Amino acid sequence: MRDASLFDYACRLGDDSLILGQRLSEWCGHAPMLEVDLSLANIGLDLIGQATHFLKLAGEAEGKGRDEDKLAFHRDVLDFKNCLLVEQPNGDFAQTIARQFLFSNWQELLFRELHKSTNATIAAVAAKAVKEVIYHSRLANEWMVRLGDGTAESHERLVNGLDWMWRFSDELFEVDAVLEPLIASGVACDVRKLRPEWDARIAKVLKEATLELPKARRATVGGRKGHHSEHLGHLLTEMQFLQRAYPDAKW
Amino acid sequence: MSKNWPLWEVFIRAKNGLSHRHAGSVHAADAKMALEAARDTYTRRMEGVSLWVVPSAAIVASDPGDAAELFEPAADKVYRHPTFYVIPENVKNI
Repeated sequence: MRDASLFDYACRLGDDSLILGQRLSEWCGHAPMLEVDLSLANIGLDLIGQATHFLKLAGEAEGKGRDEDKLAFHRDVLDFKNCLLVEQPNGDFAQTIARQFLFSNWQELLFRELHKSTNATIAAVAAKAVKEVIYHSRLANEWMVRLGDGTAESHERLVNGLDWMWRFSDELFEVDAVLEPLIASGVACDVRKLRPEWDARIAKVLKEATLELPKARRATVGGRKGHHSEHLGHLLTEMQFLQRAYPDAKW
Repeated sequence: MSKNWPLWEVFIRAKNGLSHRHAGSVHAADAKMALEAARDTYTRRMEGVSLWVVPSAAIVASDPGDAAELFEPAADKVYRHPTFYVIPENVKNI
């Protein structure tokens, strides 16, 4: 391994985007409206584009000849380093929006910092992707207000969706032994410092959406170490099926 | 759900200096969401630099049944076309 910690970090960044992109693609053809179908698919495609860049970097850091496709389609569930939030099931549209709301607001703050990364590739990908993500969080924030301050049913569904997703938000701000040296060398972003602004953004939108901040509870973590919920395995069986059944198939 | 959402007409300016052109329509609950739906539906392939959305209900259309009196009288007014001028050869962009 040429650079184990960079490999790990690039996998974390790439897997967050890849897994959420795959989740969003599950809506394709099933969203409540054509317009919503397209907007979710657009976000999913943006995320998969980001994942391609980060996983390519991971493969180069690893130095074993694995490219982005090998890493995406031929790794097992324990080797995925995404946060638990992104692998959570879509549920109904409100649950999907709650997940997007928590994640995109975090990812936007993250990429705003990462474009100053001392790793040139990470900085370049973040600088390009932040424009996409600003739109993702804007769209998610708008939908939070529409659903939260909409009908009694949309409000209730959003409360339930947010309740499902909330326990996974602390993991986004976790710093472990892998991150510490990378933060010191300026490659990684110290996510702990993003928390106050993220909290303020979330609180502002929830207020407008007539929603209460969910109660604090014990955080569920482990994704960064490969300890995932049962949902990720099911997602991977579908995402990886073709490359597993027909290795190196091209179209 | 779609029954409740009003229709919006979408206009796109392809580049600065050109006028906005009608591209199609989207359903959305309100103006802000209509703009985002229009962005996601009609500008995925670099179609434009500016968007307008207008409530479809705000558009007043001519009645196709009135086409005879509205448009046909123009058919034989050839003198309204500026085709009787001699344009000097070195004049461009006319």
